[in-house]
Amino acid sequence: MGKGKSVTHVVDKEWCKGCGICVHFCPKKVLELDRKGKVDTVRLEDCIACKLCELRCPDLAIQIINKQEREND
Amino acid sequence: MTNKDNIRFIQGNEACVEGALYAGLNFFAGYPITPSTEITEHLSERLPQTGGKFIQMEDEIASMGAIIGASLTGNKVMTATSGPGFSLKQEALGYACMAEIPCVIANVQRGGPSTGNPTHVSQGDINQARWGTHGDHAIIALTASNHQDVFKITVEAFNLAETYRTPVIILLDEAIGHMREKLIIPEPGELPVVDRLRTHVPKGVDYHPYLPREDDRLPMSDFGAQHRYNVTGLFHDMWGFPNNDPAVVNGLLHHLVDKIENSVNDIAMYKEYWLDDAEYVLVSFGSSARSSIHLAQNRRARGMKIGVLELQTLWPFPTDIVREKCANAKAVIVVEMNMGQVITQVKNAVDNPNNVFLANRIDGQLISPTDIKTVLRMIQGKGV
Amino acid sequence: MNDTPFNFKDYVRSRFFPHMWCPGCGHGIVLGSLLRGIHELGLNKNEIVMTSGIGCSSRISGYVDFHSLHTIHGRALSFATGVKLSRPHLKAIVPMGDGDALAIGGNHFIHAARRNIDITAIVMNNKIYGMTGGQFSPLSGPGKKATTAPYSTIDNEFDIVELAKSAGATFVARSTVFHAVEAKDLLKKAIMHKGFSVVEILSQCPTYYGRKNKEGDAVQMMEGFKNNTVKIGSKKLEKNPNLIQRGIFVEDTDKPEYCEAYDHIIETAMKGNS
Ligand SMILES: Cc1ncc(C[n+]2csc(CCOP(=O)(O)OP(=O)(O)O)c2C)c(N)n1
Ligand code: SF4
Ligand SMILES: [Mg+2]
Repeated sequence: MGKGKSVTHVVDKEWCKGCGICVHFCPKKVLELDRKGKVDTVRLEDCIACKLCELRCPDLAIQIINKQEREND
Repeated sequence: MTNKDNIRFIQGNEACVEGALYAGLNFFAGYPITPSTEITEHLSERLPQTGGKFIQMEDEIASMGAIIGASLTGNKVMTATSGPGFSLKQEALGYACMAEIPCVIANVQRGGPSTGNPTHVSQGDINQARWGTHGDHAIIALTASNHQDVFKITVEAFNLAETYRTPVIILLDEAIGHMREKLIIPEPGELPVVDRLRTHVPKGVDYHPYLPREDDRLPMSDFGAQHRYNVTGLFHDMWGFPNNDPAVVNGLLHHLVDKIENSVNDIAMYKEYWLDDAEYVLVSFGSSARSSIHLAQNRRARGMKIGVLELQTLWPFPTDIVREKCANAKAVIVVEMNMGQVITQVKNAVDNPNNVFLANRIDGQLISPTDIKTVLRMIQGKGV
Repeated sequence: MNDTPFNFKDYVRSRFFPHMWCPGCGHGIVLGSLLRGIHELGLNKNEIVMTSGIGCSSRISGYVDFHSLHTIHGRALSFATGVKLSRPHLKAIVPMGDGDALAIGGNHFIHAARRNIDITAIVMNNKIYGMTGGQFSPLSGPGKKATTAPYSTIDNEFDIVELAKSAGATFVARSTVFHAVEAKDLLKKAIMHKGFSVVEILSQCPTYYGRKNKEGDAVQMMEGFKNNTVKIGSKKLEKNPNLIQRGIFVEDTDKPEYCEAYDHIIETAMKGNS
């Protein structure tokens, strides 16, 4: 089940170089590259906040903030 | 009165060690090589006694790297080597010039090129000290002809390294390094010691490691302290970050050269003997200067108007001083144990380069007063 | 440990971003894992000195908000040795390229390991000289294409883990940028280990290695790290012994650390002196 409502994606399009690593390895296919070749969150509601995109982003351009996780902490 | 404990009968290399400790040396990295090894050996014993650190690295490149690292954490640092090892140090030496890291490199010269003549005297690394590392830069190199002066210039080497934030080279030679003679160690406070100039910029305020103050000095901040900045061998801005903007490159290179070349007269150390009325001036340094002084003394006793200008600062070359001291000379004889390195600078300095002659020896034997006398007689047209 | 949420902007010098690495270069993932690890350890930024040499990988030191020392090609470990021995309380981290660490810097690498000085060496292994445009490295191995091997390489490669082990490193581990969490955890252990620690992280250079050797783009190269590596001792090795193993190969806490050993020398010398 997606965690959509409690998750925010913070994307820095200036830092993103559009390598597509995040898009490819996202298990829920939440991300795509936009027309300028930069990452775009297109199905936020499906995001399970696994953060695999953030962890593997070579550009430090995407951050996944999961409010639920923070509350649980 | 001199304290008896302060009188030593030691090698020149040990005089260098004593001078370094007096100046506050607390980190040394080195790799053994004749004829400088005694500096490394003695410091392995002496430094830990003062709480300082000694490390024998895997080679001379690593030794140079280690002292630069330790200088950045706020230490007075030194390495010692000879010919082949000095060659290996050149890349990191240039790094220290570029990144403006205070450090002292002692090169006890032996015969070269290559492995050359390890246990014999030479003064063949003068130009290497100046231009051994690639690219435009300025450098400070000091030398001395007796142990009291070795001590003094070693202290001065540390002082200049701190004052100008730069590597300083001590150019001894095998004869000085290995010869034994008396040294009186000055009392603390007798010779000035320049401490590391640290920034007063408080925490949270932008600290610029490469922004000169009005007096052109650059206060440092120790690695590990509150200011985090970058150090690089690339051309860099005042924060230490890589920058190849033409104006930045131009400005930095001028700064690196000017801070030393513009202070040439402040950095210049020399000694003079009987120059007031000298018609013949011997310009010399290191162990060659001993023979020069000996000969001049001997000739003076026979009425000849001859004197000696002994250079202790070789780089930046004290051009003005040499010109002034040689102005009234009929002939200037540069006495050095190489194929003619300092003579090029002397010819550049004096008004009449045609009156400058070379008395040299390059066979691993100490140049003798007789060797110099031979040249003198030829100049005088007396035949040998 | 650190309970505050991780934000890499607390650890990088943002004004230099976007960084200089090519799209898809694995080096940025190493940077991410390292910063996350440092955050989780709760280390004080003033106590970290990041020393690097020259190479694409070595540029990492300019991006981090620690004390940073960007030195000369291959010699970073010797500079770091001076930093560490002179101020043993500082954490010395040395990110290196495969060429930087093991070609020009090979001697410093084995000697730092032999001394067991408390430095963390991170080898960002992309099996190529990235910065100079794709020449083969001592990690390329035979049968590879590079700008200096147009007919393919005949040079054998080092095994970094075996080399570090036999040189005396007391913590030796390997991971890949595909396994970014594992890499982070290994880096944390390496940083906290007292002694010389080596973490090899396989990283992709899509621009030169990938293109020259037809290994595809960054994504395909990372798929390769997933498919061609296994945890140490995995059963999969029985079928395919060529798989590259990941994990901790050495963790020895008995050997004296160099700076501590030197403190004993100082004690002895000072006694003799008084
Ligand atoms: C003394 C010296 N020799 C050669 C170079 C040129 N050089 C710069 S980086 C590099 C190799 C970089 O490869 P690697 O260390 O694997 O790092 P990468 O760029 O792949 O991350 C070379 C040969 C140099 N800077 N200095
Ligand atoms: S050349 Fe290779 S190693 Fe260098 S930044 Fe590009 S992808 Fe990375
Ligand atoms: Mg590489």
